[in-house]
Amino acid sequence: MQLDAKIPAGPIEKKWDTRSFENKLVNPANRRKYHVLVVGSGLAGGAAAASLGELGYRVSVFCYQDSTRRAHSIAAQGGINAAKNYMGDGDSIHRLFYDTVKGGDYRAREANVYRLAQVSNAIIDQCVAQGVPFARDYGGLLDNRSFGGAQVSRTFYARGQTGQQLLLGAYSALMRQVGAGTVKQYTRTEMLDLIVIDGRARGIVTRDMVTGQVQCVLADAVVLATGGYGNVFFLSTNAMGCNATAIFRAWKRGAGFANPCFTQIHPTCIPVAGDYQSKLTLMSESLRNDGRIWVPKAVGDKRAPGSIPEEERDYYLERRYPAFGNLVPRDVASRAAKQVCDEQRGVGEFGLGVYLDFEDSIKRLGRKIIEERYGNLFQMYEKITGEDPYTVPMRIFPAVHYTMGGLWVDYNLESTIPGLFVAGEANFSDHGANRLGASALMQGLADGYYVIPPSIGHYLGTVRSLPAADETHPACRDAERAVTERIGQLLSIQGRRTVDDFHKALGRIMWDKCGMGRTEAGLTQALEEIPRLRADFWKDVRVPGSAPSLNQSLEKAGRVADFLEHGELMVRDALERRESCGGHFREESQTEEGEALRDDVNFAHAAVWEWKGEGQSPALHKEELAFEHCLPSQRSYK
Amino acid sequence: MKLTLKIWRQASREAKGRIESLETPEISSHMSFLEMLDVVNESLERAGKEPVAFDHDCREGICGTCSLMINGQAHGPWAGTTACQLHMREFKDGDVIVIEPWRARAFPVLRDLIVDRSAFDRVLQAGGYVSVNTSSPQDANAMPIRRADAEAAMDAAACIGCGACVASCKNASAMLFVSAKVSQYAHLPQGQPERMRRVRAMVEAMDAEGFGSCTNLYECEAACPKEIKITNIALMNRDWRRSLCEEEL
Ligand SMILES: Cc1cc2nc3c(=O)[nH]c(=O)nc-3n(C[C@H](O)[C@H](O)[C@H](O)COP(=O)(O)OP(=O)(O)OC[C@H]3O[C@@H](n4cnc5c(N)ncnc54)[C@H](O)[C@@H]3O)c2cc1C
Ligand code: FES
Repeated sequence: MQLDAKIPAGPIEKKWDTRSFENKLVNPANRRKYHVLVVGSGLAGGAAAASLGELGYRVSVFCYQDSTRRAHSIAAQGGINAAKNYMGDGDSIHRLFYDTVKGGDYRAREANVYRLAQVSNAIIDQCVAQGVPFARDYGGLLDNRSFGGAQVSRTFYARGQTGQQLLLGAYSALMRQVGAGTVKQYTRTEMLDLIVIDGRARGIVTRDMVTGQVQCVLADAVVLATGGYGNVFFLSTNAMGCNATAIFRAWKRGAGFANPCFTQIHPTCIPVAGDYQSKLTLMSESLRNDGRIWVPKAVGDKRAPGSIPEEERDYYLERRYPAFGNLVPRDVASRAAKQVCDEQRGVGEFGLGVYLDFEDSIKRLGRKIIEERYGNLFQMYEKITGEDPYTVPMRIFPAVHYTMGGLWVDYNLESTIPGLFVAGEANFSDHGANRLGASALMQGLADGYYVIPPSIGHYLGTVRSLPAADETHPACRDAERAVTERIGQLLSIQGRRTVDDFHKALGRIMWDKCGMGRTEAGLTQALEEIPRLRADFWKDVRVPGSAPSLNQSLEKAGRVADFLEHGELMVRDALERRESCGGHFREESQTEEGEALRDDVNFAHAAVWEWKGEGQSPALHKEELAFEHCLPSQRSYK
Repeated sequence: MKLTLKIWRQASREAKGRIESLETPEISSHMSFLEMLDVVNESLERAGKEPVAFDHDCREGICGTCSLMINGQAHGPWAGTTACQLHMREFKDGDVIVIEPWRARAFPVLRDLIVDRSAFDRVLQAGGYVSVNTSSPQDANAMPIRRADAEAAMDAAACIGCGACVASCKNASAMLFVSAKVSQYAHLPQGQPERMRRVRAMVEAMDAEGFGSCTNLYECEAACPKEIKITNIALMNRDWRRSLCEEEL
C-alpha cells in the first residue's frame, strides 16, 4: 500500500493556492458527462453534493434517513470555529492552525490543518450568504463564544442548534440543485459495498430500505461522507443509525484505514441511568464557559449538592489546570472526571458523574442571561432527568462522541483507492488524536464546500474518460451477489439472541478495554473476546422478517456485523500504539501527574491498516508526520 | 409498571393496516418513550415475532425523524417535546396507550408507524433556499443584521420538519412547516431578492402535494415540538397575496 500524502511544495501558507493552481479543471460543458456519487448528506456530503451540482456535474446523493436534512450533523449544538478574529482577541489563521495541531496532540498532518484554518473564514461568509441565522450582538454583528482548548473566542453559533442551522443551510443548497435537476437524491438507501473496477472506485451497491431491492450504481467517482463510527460502543452521543459500514466495506476493498483507535470521549454528557438506555445525550461543551465542574472533597460524601459547603467541594479542573480551568480540552476533562470517580468521589446513583454547577454564573449574570445562552440545553436536561439545572447542579459524565480515525486520505482527500474520496468525520485527516470543540463542523464544511469539488475536478480532468462499465460487469455482479448472500445468511441463522444483545456485549468490551483507559492486558484480552463474540453472532443471532421489505432488524444486524469486525481493528490499533496521545490513553504511558505521555520517537505517525483477506491479520503501514511549524511539546493546559 | 399498547400495524404501503394490542414487559419510569418501544420490540423478537417499525434517529429532539401519534396527540402529551424526548414518568401502571403513524394524504404509511414525508423535501426544492453558489462571498460582517431580525429568523428556522403540524391538523395542512421556511428568509436581508418568487413557488408546490388548506384551527402550533408560531402563517399569507400583485418574476 502506497501512502503518498501529495502535499504541495512550498511554504505552508502557499500550499493550498499552489494546489488550486496545479489542479486540472473540467470544462463546464463537459461536467455533465461525469457522474459523481456522494454517500452521506451531512455537512460534508450535503455541502459536497450541492457544490458539485452547482458546478454542473451529475450527482447522486445517498442517505439512510428519510430525508437528507436529517443527517447526524443536525445534532451538533455548540458551534463552529473560524479564524475571523472578529473579537480582536489575537486570533489568526496561524493560531487556529496551531491550536488544532496542539489540541490533536501532534498526530495530525500540518498541511491539512493549515488549509482547514485558511478556509474556515470563507465558510462563515458562505453560511451567512445562505441565510444561516447565527447569533448576533446588538450592533448586528456576529457573536462568538469560547470552546475548550482555546484562549480566544472564535466559535460562531446559532443558539444551541448550530449543527442544525448549518446543515439546513447545506440542505437548502442541495434542495436547490435537486430542484434544478443536477442532483438526484436517494433517501432511505444504504450503501453496503463499494465497486472497484480496474483499481478505481466506480460505484456502490445499495439496498433500498423500503423495498429491500439491492442494486449497483455506477459512476466516475465516489465520495464517502458517512460520518463517524462511535456506535461501535453501543452507547454514544451518535444517532441510532450511525455506522461504520460504508467505510469498513471500502476498507475491505482496499482503502487504508488510519488510526481506528482514536476515539473522543466527551466530558459533558448526561450519565447513564439504566441498562435499557439506548443512547447518551450530549450537553454542549459551551456550558463549560459558565458552569463550574466539581465533586465533593471527601470520598463517599452522599449529601445533596446544596448541602455541601464551598470549602468541602473540589473544583478539580480549576485546581489542576489554573490557566484553562474548566475549558481544558475534552480528553483532559474526561480523564479527570474518570479519575475522581475512580477515587469514589463521583456523584449520582451509580457514582458515575460529576457536577456542572451554574450557581455562580446565575448570581453573577442573572438567570435571564443564562437562559438566553443555554435555555434549550437546560430544557433538554430537565426533560431527560426530571431535575431543574437552574436550581440543582447538572450531573455529567464522559461518553463516546467522535471518532478521529477514519479512512486514510491524501491532501486531496483521496483514499488509497483512486477515485474514492472521503470527507467529514469519515476520514482521518485533521484532528490527530483529539478533536477540539467546534472543529468538526468546520472540517465537514471545509471538506464539502471547498476541498472535494476541486479535487474531484482534478481527478476527472486527469483520468479524462474511464472505460464504460455497466451492471453486468463481473465486479458489479460479484459485489451485488456478496451483499445479497450476506443478507440471506443473516436472516437464515434464526438463533436465540437479538442483534441488540450482541451490540451491547460488544459495547461493553470496547468501553472497558478500549475506552478512556487502555492497557496491554485489557486490549490483548479484547482481541480474544471480540472474535469469540463475532463467531457467536454468526451462529446464534436472530433476525426476524424478510429481505424484500422494510426491515429495521435486518438493517441493524448488518451494521452490528461490521462493528464486530471493526471493533477488533480498533483494539489492534490501540494495542500497537504503545504511547498515550490525545484521546488514546495507554495507562502504561503517563507522566507523574497522570497526564498522557507521548512517544514522538516511535509514534509520530498515522497508523494505516490494510485489509489482507478473511482470516488474515491486517498489515500496518505508517505515514510519518513531520512537524515544522508546531513543534511537539508536552501539552500543558496549566 | 406494565402497560397495554394499541399499536398500528401495517406490513407495507399497499397492505391493509389494523390496531394490534400488546402487553408490555416491565417498564421503568426513567425510560424514554422510544426506549419503552425498544424493550417491547426486544420481547417481540425473543418471541419470534416481528418488531414494530418506527422512525427515529437522533433521539434528542432535533433530527425530526420520530413521528408518533400518541393517544391522539402528535408526539404525545408533553408540550414542546418530540416523541423521543417524552419520558415514561408521564404514564402509570395499567395505562393504555394508543400509538399511530402520522395520518395525511401526502404522507403515505410505509410500514407500521413509518410514513413517507418526501413531500416536504419537494416543497423546499421549489424555493426553500437563497440562490447563492459556493464561492467566497462578501465578509460575513459586511452586512450587519438587526439582532431582533436575526432572532426572529432563528425562531422560524428552528423547525425540524417532523410533520407534527400536518398530522395534528384536521385538514392535513402544511402551512406551519412551509411558513416557517418562508418566514426565516423573510426576516433576513439575504432572503429579500427572491422573497416573492419563493413564497409563490412554495405555496404552489405545497398545494400540488395534496396538503389541505388552513382554516385557523391552531392545532399545528399546539403540537409543534419546537413551538413554531402561527404568526408565521400570517406572514406567509401576506407575502403570498403581495406576490400575486407583484410582477417581479
Ligand atoms: C450530539 C453531537 C453534538 C456535536 N456538536 C458539535 C459541535 O458543537 N461542533 C462541532 O464542530 N462538532 C460537533 N459534533 C460533531 C459533528 O457534528 C460531526 O462530526 C459532523 O457533523 C459529522 O458530519 P459528517 O457530514 O461527516 O457526517 P454526518 O452528519 O453523520 O452524516 C453522515 C451521512 O452519511 C449517511 N450514511 C451513513 N452511513 C451510510 C450508509 N451505510 N449508506 C448510506 N448513507 C449512509 C447518513 O445518512 C448521513 O447522511 C457533534 C456531534 C454530536 C454527536
Ligand atoms: S429521533 Fe430525532 S427528533 Fe426524535
